[in-house]
Amino acid sequence: MNEINSKVQPQFFEKHQRGIYKSLEDKHTTIEEIDAEDPLNAKMVLNMGPQHPATHGVLRLILQLRGELIEKTKLDIGYLHRGVEKIAENKTYQEFMPYTDRMDYLSPYSNNVALCMAVEKLAEVEVPERAQYIRMICMELARISSHLLWLGTMVMDAGAISFFIWTFREREKIYDIFDEVAGHRFTVSHSRIGGVANDFTDQAVGRIKEFVTKFEKELKDWHGLLDRNRIFIERNADVGIVSTEDALDLGATGPVLRAAGYAVDQRIITPYLQYDKIDFEVPTRMEGDNLARYFVRMEEMDQSLKIIKQCFDKMPKGSIRTNNAKQAYPSKDEVYYSMEGMIHDFMMTDTGICPPAGKEVYHAVESPKGELGYYIQSDGTGHPWRLKVNAPSFRNLQVLENILDGEMVADTVVIIGGVDPVMGEADK
Amino acid sequence: MSLELTKTVQKVVDGLSSEFSEDLIEVYNSSGHTYVRVESENIKEILSYLKKQHHFIFLCDIIGTDRYTSDERFEVIYNIMNLRTQDRIFVKVRVNEENPVVNSITSIWTSAGWMEREAYDMFGIRFEGHPDLRRIFMPEDFEYFPLRKEFPLLGIPGSIELPNTTPDTE
Repeated sequence: MNEINSKVQPQFFEKHQRGIYKSLEDKHTTIEEIDAEDPLNAKMVLNMGPQHPATHGVLRLILQLRGELIEKTKLDIGYLHRGVEKIAENKTYQEFMPYTDRMDYLSPYSNNVALCMAVEKLAEVEVPERAQYIRMICMELARISSHLLWLGTMVMDAGAISFFIWTFREREKIYDIFDEVAGHRFTVSHSRIGGVANDFTDQAVGRIKEFVTKFEKELKDWHGLLDRNRIFIERNADVGIVSTEDALDLGATGPVLRAAGYAVDQRIITPYLQYDKIDFEVPTRMEGDNLARYFVRMEEMDQSLKIIKQCFDKMPKGSIRTNNAKQAYPSKDEVYYSMEGMIHDFMMTDTGICPPAGKEVYHAVESPKGELGYYIQSDGTGHPWRLKVNAPSFRNLQVLENILDGEMVADTVVIIGGVDPVMGEADK
Repeated sequence: MSLELTKTVQKVVDGLSSEFSEDLIEVYNSSGHTYVRVESENIKEILSYLKKQHHFIFLCDIIGTDRYTSDERFEVIYNIMNLRTQDRIFVKVRVNEENPVVNSITSIWTSAGWMEREAYDMFGIRFEGHPDLRRIFMPEDFEYFPLRKEFPLLGIPGSIELPNTTPDTE
């Protein structure tokens, strides 16, 4: 039995706990003599989480410290594992969609759209152009909402409490917009296979436009407060550095990869929806530290506003869901006033859309956290044979496990905030 | 060959059929992506060849699937990407139920570490040469592989020991 394991007495999941401690000791093993007399030189194993306010969910870190320095880290995830992939195999495609809301619960709209687009690609469903623009506007709002939460908590982790309240005030406005658009504030479930559930109301359009104009000024103020703030910069610069090679090797994605100097954005490299008609930039930084990730996300919010404005200019009038009852739900007018509509609605709910047997699809969208992909294998029935979620938080957490080594223990919290994981998504 | 392939993918297929002609089993398209199925023995060499010669430098995902057939039951799919031409390719290997072992590719991409752990956790596919092959979502004490088709949706009662909520009692 190794050194740490001889000292701990796990209360439950004994094999699991001992496995972690053993793996921590095995991580790039070096044998050194430690002077136990000097408290700053003593070795200590610190369990942080899963119930820790700064770990943004139920993430557990096992840190081996030497004084204030982190020697090695192991992450333990899975505390929020609900087995959504297993559930998906037993649901119709549309039935599974609300579960994706609970994956990355900070930007549910991106998840809905990612799943719906994968199924549409699999079953070759055409989506009306207006619905595509509605999806784009809402996805960008979801991106802003997710980045706002990251900004508030990250700045709070770095020591400024009041900022958190300002970002939450803006998030509240986005929630009100989603309430108006979809009828839900948090878990929206607004996208449907073949389109969206309902069109924007006039109030919704008014609210989004008002938000876009007002938020632009707000964002400018925040740039003014943080961009050259000495305390903030000293807390974040040169902390949690990922080099470009490491980022590719460790599988980083989203803002973490772009902050390391590689402009990989699914909206550009594999354009989906109508992103190829929109003019926007992919913010990229070279430093790869926490401050770079801050700048990347802040500029992404600017770009999102730009995209939303262009979408409103380009959005055509028309239907919002494909008018083929074998592929998508019929509109409620049809369901309530015609027999065929009723039958089609029932068939869609009961069997759902049946893509051809043996087909496979992978579709990735750029969610706020990075590349969110759905891989689906169809067996010709209404249920997927296998559905795999390529979750960006899962991949970024693996980066976190490797970049924490060698940092100070006081910076852990800031680095977690900078990587911005969502456990609902990482744990599936 | 009547397959429509992009230029990079065509090069990959040509390269594979000359370098690894014995291992290449099939190439097909589905929903806009190309899938290449190869023999599982040389997967490590094939992926490192793709990485070095064809610039497929980014590993996006490793997907395990259960085909639920009597031979070659499990399938491992590597989703790799060429960042220069933005092409994606899916490399598949199949393993049988009795001895589901695939060579680990952690020496090519460090990021394969957690992805392989996930496939092991969910399907019981073992990756030879993985430095730290533990379960990732389920606790180590759990004895089943939940994404296998025979595992019931409701779970198996008593398979997970729940923590004692009242610490003072035994």
